Amino acid sequence: MGLSIKKSFAPFIFIIILLVIWELATRMLVIPTWLLPAPSLISKEMITSWPTFQQHFFATTQLAVIGFIIGVSFGLLLALILHMFPRIRATIYPLLIMSQNIPIIVLAPLLVIWFGFGIFPKIFVIILVCFFPIVIATLDGLAQTSQELMHYMQMAGASKRQIFFKLELPHALSAIFSGIKIAATYSVMGAVISEWLGANRGMGLYMTLAQSSFRTDRVFVAIVFIMLLCLCFFTIILLIEHQLVKGTKKGSAEYE
Amino acid sequence: MSNLVIKQLSKSFGSKKVLDQISFDVKVGEFVSILGPSGSGKSTLFNLIGGRYLPDQGDILIDNKSIVGKAGQMSYMPQSPSLFPWRTIMKNIVLGAELKGKPDLALAEQMLKKAGLTEVADAYPSALSGGMKQRAAFIRALLSPQDLLCLDEPFSALDEFTRLDMQNWLLSVWETYRKSVLFITHSIEEALYLSDRIVILNTNPARIKAVFEPKFERPRPPELLLTDDFLAWKRRIYQTIKTDD
Ligand SMILES: Nc1ncnc2c1ncn2[C@@H]1O[C@H](COP(=O)(O)OP(=O)(O)OP(=O)(O)O)[C@@H](O)[C@H]1O
Ligand SMILES: [Mg+2]
Repeated sequence: MGLSIKKSFAPFIFIIILLVIWELATRMLVIPTWLLPAPSLISKEMITSWPTFQQHFFATTQLAVIGFIIGVSFGLLLALILHMFPRIRATIYPLLIMSQNIPIIVLAPLLVIWFGFGIFPKIFVIILVCFFPIVIATLDGLAQTSQELMHYMQMAGASKRQIFFKLELPHALSAIFSGIKIAATYSVMGAVISEWLGANRGMGLYMTLAQSSFRTDRVFVAIVFIMLLCLCFFTIILLIEHQLVKGTKKGSAEYE
Repeated sequence: MSNLVIKQLSKSFGSKKVLDQISFDVKVGEFVSILGPSGSGKSTLFNLIGGRYLPDQGDILIDNKSIVGKAGQMSYMPQSPSLFPWRTIMKNIVLGAELKGKPDLALAEQMLKKAGLTEVADAYPSALSGGMKQRAAFIRALLSPQDLLCLDEPFSALDEFTRLDMQNWLLSVWETYRKSVLFITHSIEEALYLSDRIVILNTNPARIKAVFEPKFERPRPPELLLTDDFLAWKRRIYQTIKTDD
């Protein structure tokens, strides 16, 4: 843990420097607030608008978490099925890659047309964006099982089940977690995008309202909170990963 | 306890014949070495015994039952340690036993102590030296419930000093537990020092060239390596390998 504090020190300093430059630039160049509000103004707005903002924040959080959990479970399940049946895998894999070329922004309005403005199309968008990185990361992780260890397991007479649970799955775990980390940030993005399309609460809605009334400072407030939410997700997953992935740091690097 | 009988075993990969009519046996509690040049098909032989490959001809028997195509009939130590990086050393050494039932943790601890690995029991393999990893891999094989132990060049990656230590250690452990051992090596000295019997293979395809049975008394002290008798044996084997058939 000590190491990660040290590691995050440099980016932290960098952000501070950026903020200072931003602040100075807006003051010296007298940039109007509706164009680019100063960081100090944004932070002030963050505090003053929190009482009204928080409901939007929690709505988006809830949406992202639900979508994330369903998306990840669905992605893991599909990856396992594809892993178990290599034939199906060969058929589906290219389709999966292709499906990712459909921009969500385009797909989202279609979903609204088909499913209306309720929670379902929103969750659906998040599932869509989450599940792809999970499937790919899991499949790749499972496919990259060390041949050396596989050889040992086979010679030792391990059953298919034992090979999966004692070798393939633990070996793929760090790959799965990198997929989960990507999915986590995507899920927040997905939630916000889905709220742009129509919602009665949420940071996406807040952003659209702020934008149409030229409250650029509020747009930035939403952006900051979205980033914080992503960071929160990321940290939680990092902590879980730390608990589950053991001793692999060096080992898995050898096989990658 | 079990004895292994290899009967006229042949194996080709495509048009390339690797093993040709190999026959020998390992009696109960015996230590047999297979000595052959690199690429002669020694690991292939293990893959056949381990059931990963099917022979083109011949039979493999353990206690008079054919084990052709059956995996897990022997405990195995691969050419590289193949420890699982996410398992602690303790968890690694019980893996072979775990696959076949419940591992005996007390015995595992006792073995770890014998291998001088007690301190690293809870460490991950990345923290171990090459020699320690080999010892862990050997204990893993020893703790597996099968009576036949197949070791594939376990010490070839180690330096001279470590190798001698490891050979002595292996002898002392083996003399306590006395499983039947089939040991692959390409070191004449190692084969002579450790085994009851040495099967010499030639290559392309591998046939049995000669079988030696040096009857050095056990336990064998490291000084044995320098006795005239030992060196005479070494010379004999060397000459056999050098002569063409
Ligand atoms: N799965 C396989 N497919 C095709 N050829 C193989 C296969 N496995 C082994 N061979 C060939 O069989 C021959 C013997 O290989 P093997 O690994 O058994 O040799 P070895 O005696 O163990 O060598 P070393 O001492 O270097 O480990 C080699 O020429 C190798 O190319
Ligand atoms: Mg080999």
